[in-house]
Amino acid sequence: MTNRRQVLKAGAAVGISALGFPGIVRAQSNAIKIGHLTPLTGFLGALGEYAVMGIKMATEEINAAGGVMGRKLDVMSEDSVNPATASTKAQRMLEQDKVEFLMGEINSASAQTIMQVAARNKKLFLQIGARSDVLRGKNCNKYTFHVDIPVTVMVNAAGQALLRDGLIKGKRIFCLTSDYLFGHDLSKAAKAFMTANGGTVIGDELTATDTTDFSPFLLKIRQAKPDLVATNLGGNQVTNFVKQYSEFGLPYPVAGFNLNTADAWAAGEGNLAGIWPTVWHHELDTPGSKAFVAEFRKRYGKPPENHAWIEYVSLKIMAQAMNATKSTDTDKLIAYFESQAEFDLLKARKGYFRAWDHQLIQEAFPFTVKPKGQAKDKWDFLAFGAAVPAASQALEIINPAKDQNACSM
Amino acid sequence: MQQLFFLLEQVVNGLVLGGYYLLIALGLSLIFSVGGVVNLAHGAFYALGAYVSVEIARHLGFGAGAVLSPVAVALLGILFERFILRRFYTADPILSLLVTFGLALVAEQAIRMVWGAAPLPASMPDSFKGNVVLGDFLFSRYRLFLLAVVAAVLAGIWTLLHKTSFGRVVRAGIQRPDMVAALGIRLQPYMTTIVMLGVGMAALGGALFAPIAMVHPAMGAEIITVAFVVVVIGGLGSFWGVVLAAMLVGVVRGITIHFVPAAGEASMYVLMFLVLMFRPRGLLGERIEKFE
Repeated sequence: MTNRRQVLKAGAAVGISALGFPGIVRAQSNAIKIGHLTPLTGFLGALGEYAVMGIKMATEEINAAGGVMGRKLDVMSEDSVNPATASTKAQRMLEQDKVEFLMGEINSASAQTIMQVAARNKKLFLQIGARSDVLRGKNCNKYTFHVDIPVTVMVNAAGQALLRDGLIKGKRIFCLTSDYLFGHDLSKAAKAFMTANGGTVIGDELTATDTTDFSPFLLKIRQAKPDLVATNLGGNQVTNFVKQYSEFGLPYPVAGFNLNTADAWAAGEGNLAGIWPTVWHHELDTPGSKAFVAEFRKRYGKPPENHAWIEYVSLKIMAQAMNATKSTDTDKLIAYFESQAEFDLLKARKGYFRAWDHQLIQEAFPFTVKPKGQAKDKWDFLAFGAAVPAASQALEIINPAKDQNACSM
Repeated sequence: MQQLFFLLEQVVNGLVLGGYYLLIALGLSLIFSVGGVVNLAHGAFYALGAYVSVEIARHLGFGAGAVLSPVAVALLGILFERFILRRFYTADPILSLLVTFGLALVAEQAIRMVWGAAPLPASMPDSFKGNVVLGDFLFSRYRLFLLAVVAAVLAGIWTLLHKTSFGRVVRAGIQRPDMVAALGIRLQPYMTTIVMLGVGMAALGGALFAPIAMVHPAMGAEIITVAFVVVVIGGLGSFWGVVLAAMLVGVVRGITIHFVPAAGEASMYVLMFLVLMFRPRGLLGERIEKFE
């Protein structure tokens, strides 16, 4: 009995302390409240964890330096779960929590619904991590700005490397595509690139987002005997596919147009092969990136994934915009972004938002895998290529042109 | 002709995959048959099996991970039976559903807290990698090994249930627990053993699948649905029913992916629907009085 009584007492103590000191929980009444949604569970949950680490680190740095316009930033991060829940939460954050603007997302379908909420409420949404072309094309809206590279850029970044290695022209290519908005979009861009460069797509198979076993697809790949296997997969699928492709030991070269560093790390050494694109990587040799990586490692004991980086720079972008306009007003922020103001992305070249589709224009990178035995630790088996486009070329050339991706606001 | 061969290859591959489903579903079925409890936490033990094996493999190698992890999780299963499951054998089934479902959520979150949301990297030894071509069929070398392990486990469980006095009591307990009690036999220690074995098999499934699929906190929730579907299709209380259902689910999935790749993951639910339409008790389900 004494045990049960102690438990009760402890429970009561916890309850009282929560009631007794509400000030600790809801301090900073003049803080700038920011609504942040990202998937923390489900097939993109692992990426969302890095996203939260990144934005948290940026928040703490900004607040330690005195905040924005003398006010602290108060970022509320929540699991967006799925498109329906994402839009409900976004609406609640704007209505009840009175956030000034919304940030976040990785899932293209969830980003789509939050964009609608932002437009309905006439509030800004900085769409950070979703890459579907249609978000900044057909379905674009005035209130949304996009930080991560669209799928066309990913296809171009990996595609240039594939062209260089002679894997597209005159080759028979077998595609595997994730069966949701993002996958379809990626597949469309990939096929356009391959056909334009003299490749033949001999098959494109859809796979459900919850596919864990790829063996039936691997058999179909072997039956098709392609010159290149190109994947348009997302989240967990990429890791599962990569592990099983290595398990079955098929001889065809593999490439993919979507891979996040976390998916690559999760595959384990010796399982990953082929050519892939990325928006940023932790070995980037710029002073800004090096400082960011060192500080991140100190805090979390591991290198930052690209979603940690993008959330970190996204909050810095918002802070710069608020400081420059001395305001949190939606129209003023939109006007500032549309003025093509430049932002430091910790890369060699600065980025800017393109006014007609609100896309952040920036460099991208292809990467391959280091030969076995060259990795220094479990984070270090990726070999990153030079930035695309090359320093002499305009940043915009790898992005979809106006006639390819119609956006009218 | 070649199309037929391709289809046949999918069928054979489906059988191999079925063997892996079986590892998870058999324990779920046994626990349900003997205790009358649908163990929704079964997937959590599968996930734990994978995580613990990766953790052990990091220090002692792949083999040690695959052997020690199921043993460790099976011991945890004893505690699970002794302190939680035992209270719910005779209670309203909704209570055991709630408690095991809650436990699955707690376990997933606990994994997230201990190991993080980011997936753990796991690889197999290089000697297992690659394929074997038998006739014209392509097999993954690792999955042939997996199949051999499943066959050995299956043979062991079958022998235990059908050739030992332990098995006689368990089988009698499934049909007539009251008669077993009247004969002066306490079913509880048997139940502890069944849960231990069932949970251990799930952990073995997790440990063996870690090198070829992603090791992440929600992996338990992913597998429990499949395992549950297999048990329902196979029918309660039937050893061979579960075996048959696991193979069938694997084969139907392979055939579906051959013709309509996008419908691959939906195929098992359609199969379950069809089976339940014509055989509400499952393929080889027995009439069990206590559940009627």
